[in-house]
Amino acid sequence: MDVGITLNVDGIQQRIAVDPRTTLLDALRERLGIYGPKKGCDHGQCGACTVLLDGIRANSCLALAVAHDGAEIITAEGLAEDGELHPMQRSFIEHDAFQCGYCTPGQIVSAVGMLAEAEAGWPSHVTRDISAAKVPLTDEEIRERMSGNLCRCGAYANIVPAIRETAETARPR
Amino acid sequence: MKPFRYERAGDVSGAVATLAGERTGEFLAGGTNLVDLMKLDIVQPDVLVDVRRLTSAEIEDLPDGGLRIGAAVTNSELAADARVRSRYPVLSQALLSGASGQLRNLATTGGNLLQRTRCAYFYDTTTPCNKREPGTGCSALEGCNSGHAILGASRHCVATHPSDMAVAMTALDAVVRTQGPAGERETPITGLYRLPGQEPERDTALEHAELITAVDLPPLEFSSNSRYRKVRERASYAFALVSVAAALQVRDGVVLDARMALGGVAHRPWRARKAEDVLRGAPVIEESFRAAAEAELADAVPLRDNAYKVPLAVNVMTRTLLDLAEGR
Repeated sequence: MDVGITLNVDGIQQRIAVDPRTTLLDALRERLGIYGPKKGCDHGQCGACTVLLDGIRANSCLALAVAHDGAEIITAEGLAEDGELHPMQRSFIEHDAFQCGYCTPGQIVSAVGMLAEAEAGWPSHVTRDISAAKVPLTDEEIRERMSGNLCRCGAYANIVPAIRETAETARPR
Repeated sequence: MKPFRYERAGDVSGAVATLAGERTGEFLAGGTNLVDLMKLDIVQPDVLVDVRRLTSAEIEDLPDGGLRIGAAVTNSELAADARVRSRYPVLSQALLSGASGQLRNLATTGGNLLQRTRCAYFYDTTTPCNKREPGTGCSALEGCNSGHAILGASRHCVATHPSDMAVAMTALDAVVRTQGPAGERETPITGLYRLPGQEPERDTALEHAELITAVDLPPLEFSSNSRYRKVRERASYAFALVSVAAALQVRDGVVLDARMALGGVAHRPWRARKAEDVLRGAPVIEESFRAAAEAELADAVPLRDNAYKVPLAVNVMTRTLLDLAEGR
């Protein structure tokens, strides 16, 4: 039996009725025509479906849409403001941080979420002093914090500098 | 995915009553493991009772100096909590060594404890598996078993418990608070998990419709001198081959006290009490640490492909203790 839910996606309020089995990813792609979040593995292993879910990055393929009634979702398509690309999007272009592009929306949204986490002082697996209030975002830190986003073209060599430059020059919003 | 009914309740008691009235069903929290298992038809509940917003999402100080972690606290929030980072660093490190940033943001404390094994045969519905389908046999016994258990297994199941968080909590003597149809109770985490025995389909001692509401970390004088070390097949985002959670108290070159638990070696997080017994009163030298580790692994029964886990566990335990003794 379908269940009525409301999702705010990229600033637009959307009301849809979904089968409880529908994931957030399928609701976005199949029901709302928002194709930024990609279906890679559909099992939470590749990160191509990453969205900001109520402000934090999450795998939309493992979230049931009914369980997130009322949620605010930001996809790669919602990062631009007033027609201007998000600094992370510009940086990915400038650094040629992709080849086929399939993982790119997930990489960019994940990177934006990751910078906010680092800004909040969250440590990572490679942080040597986890009691430190502030962790410098070294390449090692960026790689660890982005390990949930796979790029089968292997564009990591440019993805890491793209994220590093954004972290150094612009504050995440 | 099999169709199911999605239910919400106003509070914990309502959620417990709703699920208690169903023959099969599951509580849903972050869903990072459960939704995947449902997609693969490994778990087929008639009803999902959403509890994500029902249990506490707060970490509270307890009067005795411990911490109470609400079941809905996410893995990310728990790992980042300043009190956990300074007082129980082993727990932060364990959480940060598991899954990915996106998954830790969704996964909850209660859900992490109840995640299912990642044994490949449990996931492959075309093969026999006693945990998935009781009585069909264990494919891993004679199959690819390089990742499987070396301690406490049975011929019915050689799967390992996948959680890193639970290994740290096992070393820290965490207490799991639950509410079920029979009321509220507290269970030491070492009593929460079962060895496979003849019923590998039962991971825990929890009853049907019994919900984890919180986890208490008791105070431990030396818990700030603790760490988690995990060995896996890649640098990040993989389950443990072997992991060690340890806390060590040293004075005048002698071990006063220690807590240790192992991950990746058994059906449950493996509390290393034999090693702890050897360590107490022992001189702080590598030989003591190695002897303690070897005592714990003396009962290991390796399978065809996983004998490497025995020396690996001994070495990782020894190294972790050395690091703690040297203040690294």
